[in-house]
Amino acid sequence: MSDVLVVAEGRNGELREVSFELLTAGRELADAAGGELHVAVITGPVAEYAAELNREGVDAIHTVDAGEEFNHDVYVQAIEGLYDAVEPGYVLAPNSVNGLDYAPAVATALDLAIVTDVVDLELGDALVATREMYGGKVETTVETPTDRTLVTIRGGEWPPAEGEGSATIEAADVEIDEDAISSTVTGYEEVAGGDVDIADADVLVSVGRGIEEEDNLELIFELAEAMDATVSSSRPIVDNGWLPPNRQVGQSGKVVTPEVYIAIGISGAVQHVAGMKGAENIVAINTDPNAPIMDIADYAIHDDLFDVVPALTAKFAD
Amino acid sequence: MKVLVTVKEVATVDDEFEIDGVGIDDRFLGADLNEWDDYAIEEAVQLGEAGIADEVVTVTIGPEDAEQTIRQGLAKGADRAIRIWDDALAEADLLDVEAKTEILSAVVAEEEPDLVLTGVQADDDGFGATGVALAESIDYSWAAVVNELDLDAEAGVASVHRELEGGLEELVDVDLPAVLTIQTGINEPRYASLRGIRQAQRKELAHLTLEELGLAESVVAGDLTLTSMYEPETESDATIFEGSPEETAGQLAELLREEGVAP
Repeated sequence: MSDVLVVAEGRNGELREVSFELLTAGRELADAAGGELHVAVITGPVAEYAAELNREGVDAIHTVDAGEEFNHDVYVQAIEGLYDAVEPGYVLAPNSVNGLDYAPAVATALDLAIVTDVVDLELGDALVATREMYGGKVETTVETPTDRTLVTIRGGEWPPAEGEGSATIEAADVEIDEDAISSTVTGYEEVAGGDVDIADADVLVSVGRGIEEEDNLELIFELAEAMDATVSSSRPIVDNGWLPPNRQVGQSGKVVTPEVYIAIGISGAVQHVAGMKGAENIVAINTDPNAPIMDIADYAIHDDLFDVVPALTAKFAD
Repeated sequence: MKVLVTVKEVATVDDEFEIDGVGIDDRFLGADLNEWDDYAIEEAVQLGEAGIADEVVTVTIGPEDAEQTIRQGLAKGADRAIRIWDDALAEADLLDVEAKTEILSAVVAEEEPDLVLTGVQADDDGFGATGVALAESIDYSWAAVVNELDLDAEAGVASVHRELEGGLEELVDVDLPAVLTIQTGINEPRYASLRGIRQAQRKELAHLTLEELGLAESVVAGDLTLTSMYEPETESDATIFEGSPEETAGQLAELLREEGVAP
């Protein structure tokens, strides 16, 4: 019998969606382990968060009121304290940027096994976690024999928990040692501003690594102009400085939901897909028929973009 | 100040491949410098050029074949390199975060760097956890997913931007010594110059075994076991346009016009 402790995530006064997905993953695991589901709510408006997280299947919610925004030193201390108090087997955290800023340290501090970016969990004699490798080309299962395991889960893989719960909600008896905090958040900055808002576009012509060289972007702009569409991109194009950050679609860029999204030379890494899977029609132009983008494409051309794109431009220039 | 950069040679996989047991068949594998580590090396070398870092040392857990990748780091400007390998490592299917952390912790104890730069994650296994686990293990401060770094060596503070989701960055001051996990896009990694490549041949590349690091072979075991690997079932139900580029472009154009989204 093992209990499960999941760690919720909020930002700027709002819980992030993955928090509710964690409740579902946590409840499933707790059922398999014959234990209770505990939820840790650390920093932010914890009472509001706790009320929102009180959904079906949650047994107990522990709040740690320690500042308005995320600080990993606070999180590590709070989770260590809660771990000692609750004595769970498994700890589940989001595989988010902040999750990856505290979860590995928690695992090290508490001597827990850690498996990250997990898309499925099964508990039998051992905990079996499913995760991708090689950028999604393969899936693997990894096993850990111990119930002293921390798992970070990928967003969007479990449905969010719903319904009203009857959890106990109480402030955790956890002391935060201010002297042990060696990082200070000094502010936030929005980086995706500028003249173009790709989130407003009805048609996006989106370009990825397959374009190979900066000069070749001309092909994409010509197509966009002929179609009266807006140009967006995947991460590598922005990393290379070929397009400004406000053109980036994906987890760290913008989430877009256009009527048509034409992905050109984009393999479809999970971080990219997170930003465009809500598009009404997805068209993929890619030489690799096995590229992950094909899983969510509605229409596809398995051919060289350097042949297809100019031909397509010509169809609209006529 | 001394900067230690963790560098991984990652396996790259051909578009078409076969799986053998719990790994990809060697015939379909290549090797490359982990993309994130390329940015970490560049950031460290720039700290050297700015007169902030006195020495840039890279550390790699990898076989002798990885030396070509390690030499790339030296050619780009790292001063010397350490490579950890022995038979116990060669036999492992999966080196988990805990195992990597223990090995790298021993290197840090030996080298005592002021700053450790790692990539956010590795292209192949993608755990994204080793840097932060290492920081906790060696009692350094840390910041994960850093895409801007401003180092005040005198004050002993690294002011960094962390790339959060949705185009938001968090600004954090981190006390040194620290581990920073470096995100792609933080800089423009250089290509090694011919002169750099020549110089790299003469730079020190030390090979250490686990025993020489004072570690037992059992550190390799870790808690995780890789039990299966398979190609994910394709969920694709896309309509595929067939034919020459002229034909497929024509079909797509027609569709877009029918949808009323193109002129």
